[in-house]
Amino acid sequence: MQNNMLPDENGHFGPYGGKFVAETLMGPLEELTEAYTHYLKDPEFLAELDDELHHYVGRPSPLYHTRRWSEILGGAQVYLKREDLNHTGAHKINNTVGQALLAKRMGKTRIIAETGAGQHGVAAATVAARLGLECVVYMGSEDIKRQSINVFRMKLLGATVVPVESGSKTLKDALNEAMRDWVTNIDDTFYIIGSVAGPHPYPVMVRDFQTVIGREARQQCLEQAGRLPAALVACVGGGSNAIGLFYPFLDDKDVAIYGVEAGGDGLETGRHAAPLNAGKPGVLHGNRTYLMEDKDGQIIETHSISAGLDYPGVGPEHSWLKDSGRAKYVAINDDEALQAFHNLTKVEGIMPALESSHALAFASKLALKMRKDEIIIVNLSGRGDKDIQIVATLEGITL
Amino acid sequence: MSRITDCFKNLQEKKRKGLIPFIVAGDPKPGFTLPLMKALVDGGADLIELGVPFSDPMADGPAIQGGSERALAHGTTLRDVIDMVASFRKDNQQTPVILMGYSNPVEIMGYEDFAKSAAEAGVDGVIIVDMPPEEAGELKENLVKHQLDLIFLIAPTTSVERQKYISETASGFLYYVSLKGVTGSNRLDTNSVEESVRAIKQQSKLPVGVGFGIRDAESAAKVAKVSDAIIVGSPIVELVGEMVDDSADSLNKISEYISTMRDAIDAV
Repeated sequence: MQNNMLPDENGHFGPYGGKFVAETLMGPLEELTEAYTHYLKDPEFLAELDDELHHYVGRPSPLYHTRRWSEILGGAQVYLKREDLNHTGAHKINNTVGQALLAKRMGKTRIIAETGAGQHGVAAATVAARLGLECVVYMGSEDIKRQSINVFRMKLLGATVVPVESGSKTLKDALNEAMRDWVTNIDDTFYIIGSVAGPHPYPVMVRDFQTVIGREARQQCLEQAGRLPAALVACVGGGSNAIGLFYPFLDDKDVAIYGVEAGGDGLETGRHAAPLNAGKPGVLHGNRTYLMEDKDGQIIETHSISAGLDYPGVGPEHSWLKDSGRAKYVAINDDEALQAFHNLTKVEGIMPALESSHALAFASKLALKMRKDEIIIVNLSGRGDKDIQIVATLEGITL
Repeated sequence: MSRITDCFKNLQEKKRKGLIPFIVAGDPKPGFTLPLMKALVDGGADLIELGVPFSDPMADGPAIQGGSERALAHGTTLRDVIDMVASFRKDNQQTPVILMGYSNPVEIMGYEDFAKSAAEAGVDGVIIVDMPPEEAGELKENLVKHQLDLIFLIAPTTSVERQKYISETASGFLYYVSLKGVTGSNRLDTNSVEESVRAIKQQSKLPVGVGFGIRDAESAAKVAKVSDAIIVGSPIVELVGEMVDDSADSLNKISEYISTMRDAIDAV
């Protein structure tokens, strides 16, 4: 089966994906699948989405050739897909705009979302404000401590931020709690999942809303360089920015694809968030995919310098792309990501999110092994302003 | 005939309603589970639902999440839970035991190993909360091979066509989720339960147990009136969470609570 024909009608990517949820959610997921399938072919809906992406989000985002950085690296030419320049500063808004417009068409008046670093929560709260919808964001109490600026930002946008105290008090627990809210308020509530995780149709729906990244990048690369890139690089937590870039290139067999997971303190330490590199398949949050789990199937705590990658699972399509060999998944440690954060900031005047810094760190290694006329496109999925506090603390600086 | 089918047949003959208490295995400590199971039977339980602890219990409210966390703090594994059932079976051949949990621990153990080990230990049925019939093919195949019942949930959001589909895949009994929400919610609407159970009964000859949201004698009686059995979880798990030891006094508190529920549904 061709990669771009997946998933099947029940949301399976080979053995991965599916709908592993309690019965109460099966009806609502069916309703969502029908609505989504319908509106995806509705010219009026698509025109509205395009209009929002253009005038509100600021698309298309530039594809930027880092001439100085590429020169310093001394290998391939690195181009950045500037998702950091979107409204709210990350790729997340592409998806929240899409899902919120869908929510509105479905007559839902209340939006809920989970968030780790707060970027998806901010994007959801932003779109809710834009469309006049009530918004409740679930966030692990540990993440609330790490990302206080984004918490305040969400509150300014009129959202209610609910701290989640269960489990490890991070993203995975926020997702559990959002699911519990959804099952309770199913009649009027639309759950905007922020990544390509969750039960079908979320992985395919979020992918479809994010593929605007790859479609633009492919066309921009052809226009600017007259050829396709030799490689794509994107960071992978849940994996929405990565699948958004990768998907339109899956059939371009000469384009190598690299997903970069959070290596934390190093894969060998066990303190990381790299299920595709060091986990095994299991079932969590509605789908079958590679997970960070112990020998008894309990989900284990993850570690990463970037809250947005600090998740024990990964979108099921990435599990499929790994097994099929179409994409390769590597890991970058905290300190390598931090170095890339500084490098890009100093050399190009672009401050990347710590998530995206993982992709940059890998691209800088990859570039060295490639010819100078070859192109690497790195998805610069978000801007680094939100991480300044973390970087300062790590380096012993008081702001 | 399975122990579960047998049990419901006996209840029907005696015109009694079934009482199915739920506890999390290993909560608050692994050593408490066996005496607790006995206490449940002493109090008047007809079947026992034994929760398999999981780190991410998405369908559960705070009470059962707490039970799961306490059990996991002591390292309770799926294999431990199966061993607890084997110990229980040494003295009790009669009371059906149903394991209720989430997909991942079973997936990691392997469906074949799980079905075989559970059957050998004397488990009678299995509920995997986050595994709807669409995803349960491999599990079902293995459970059937070892004559274990696979019990599915039906929810207020389940369409009539789905009710039919689920009924055809399920065995033992059908578990009707009485409300839109997580376990232990306080939103029970007995009128809508009555209507739904009647609709399910038109699709299937299987007995219907109702759970989620039954907290006290009053709600127990109301739900028992319109169903074949009631499932009570969160209030029991809350009591278990308060246990400081497994002395006769502590266990009596649990038995007494079960007896109250027993009396309430027997009066129906």
